[in-house]
Amino acid sequence: MKQLTVISGKGGTGKTSITAALAVLAKEPVIADCDVDAADLHLILAPETVESGDFSGGKVALIDESKCTKCGLCERLCRFDAIHEFIVDPVSCEGCAFCAHACPEDAITMERTLSGRWFVSNTRAGTMAHARLGIAEENSGKLVTLVRKMASNAAEKERRSTLITDGPPGIGCPVIASITGADLLLAVTEPTLSGIHDLKRVVDVSKHFNIPVVVCINKCDINPYNASEIEKYCVENGIEVVGNIKYNPEVTRAMIQQKSVVEHECGDVTVEVKNMWERIRGRLGT
Amino acid sequence: MVIAVASGKGGTGKTTIAANLAYFIRDAQVIDCDVEEPNAHLFLKPEIIKRETMCLPIPVVDESKCTHCGKCGEVCEFSAIFVIKNKVMVFPELCHGCGACEYFCPEKAIREEKREIGIIESGTAGGLSFVHGILNIGEPMSPPLIRRVKELIEPGRTVILDSPPGTSCPAVETVKGADFCVLVTEPTPFGLNDLNLAVEMVRKIRVPLGVVINSCNIGDSGVNEYCKNEGIPVLMSFPWDRRIAEQYSMGTLMLKNLREYIEHYATLFDKIKAELYSKNETAHSHKR
Repeated sequence: MKQLTVISGKGGTGKTSITAALAVLAKEPVIADCDVDAADLHLILAPETVESGDFSGGKVALIDESKCTKCGLCERLCRFDAIHEFIVDPVSCEGCAFCAHACPEDAITMERTLSGRWFVSNTRAGTMAHARLGIAEENSGKLVTLVRKMASNAAEKERRSTLITDGPPGIGCPVIASITGADLLLAVTEPTLSGIHDLKRVVDVSKHFNIPVVVCINKCDINPYNASEIEKYCVENGIEVVGNIKYNPEVTRAMIQQKSVVEHECGDVTVEVKNMWERIRGRLGT
Repeated sequence: MVIAVASGKGGTGKTTIAANLAYFIRDAQVIDCDVEEPNAHLFLKPEIIKRETMCLPIPVVDESKCTHCGKCGEVCEFSAIFVIKNKVMVFPELCHGCGACEYFCPEKAIREEKREIGIIESGTAGGLSFVHGILNIGEPMSPPLIRRVKELIEPGRTVILDSPPGTSCPAVETVKGADFCVLVTEPTPFGLNDLNLAVEMVRKIRVPLGVVINSCNIGDSGVNEYCKNEGIPVLMSFPWDRRIAEQYSMGTLMLKNLREYIEHYATLFDKIKAELYSKNETAHSHKR
């Protein structure tokens, strides 16, 4: 099985719209939505859940008032400023359990928190693993790893040859969890200074983890000069530009109708995304 | 007054709103908390005056004192340190720097050393004070760096925090403790879905909020209806205007060349202040 992960660095460049289209174009892939703290792929692929479960990623400290002698040791030791007046702020608590181990009265316990739910669903494009992170919860890296595991289990069971993952923006923990072990990364960028700046950082991350990357320039006609700068950067770094997609308001209309850009007529965009998939397939060897 | 500009969905225009609002206010402080992909500097072009490294403490074991008792591994929640056979293994990327292993080592064989995870740059841009953090490539944890840049908030000043996208740790770390949060969205199904998640996050950490709708003339009416039903103030709407997109693409502040939008920012700032004032009034009347 070959794994493609779609990333961007900068948010809002079109990762999810492109992932949805590639999922429809690929022949029965398995799909993973790893942007677990702002998941949107389900809005296009309309999954019907067949399996789901709770995800408990982290722990937070809880002080038992009846045992606490208010010695203040926990507050002094906590480096995350999470304990005030002998009460733990669960949002600030890092879950390190330093306080629980140190408390002379054994008044502190570590409670598992429900950090989210995972789902395995049927969609018109194929089986999809996705999740919903609890509100203001941490551990999205661990949940990403779980979603990818669910997806690759499904791919194995159904003997699928392609796993397409919609990644999160940024370069931190959830991105690293989304790309490790992938065969190819598709970085979706836009011809803006922010887009270029963020693309370079995410390409550096792919180099750091030694994963090949190809680039798609979305809305390439918004600034043709910057688009050519991206092309130049890619040539200099031996990176293939697999798609140049023009700005088209039909893309938003497709989204509103819960369709991918290859299911709703988006003119040039539809054509270019199809061509792009053929180039990506060549690189994946599927 | 600390105003966080956040979103949920990426690419809705957080940095545009944050940078132009700061430019409008003139003497504000801008802190770019999107340390994974900082962009505010591309628009504000600050002169960097100070550069410091951000380090996290990691354990270093003195093998001559270590008896391989395994206590360090027992107290580490993150499996960043453990003993196998007669060797102590340390995994710096997994270490959260809590200090438990050093504290509990019965032989005092552990000391802490600093490991760089990113840098912090500060300077000025016109009358603005500017700070941003840059996370090192390959580094998973951004919240400690976000905490550190927020320590540079100048008291008494109007502070604009440019938040990373999403609704988990990095966004929470940024918005936490702010006086007000502006959530920037767009009127599309993705925009609405992520706005909803962001609203729940901001409410959970009890920061008053309002919404700015970008590209308000494309998409559907879902975001407006949602805000109305939830009683969330829509502070300002900006149209999709190709000129705004072009200015953005070149790294130019829209207020520099598209002066007709200055009223938008004036009204936005007035509405933020009015919201804050009314919230404070309600808080006081509750106390009474």
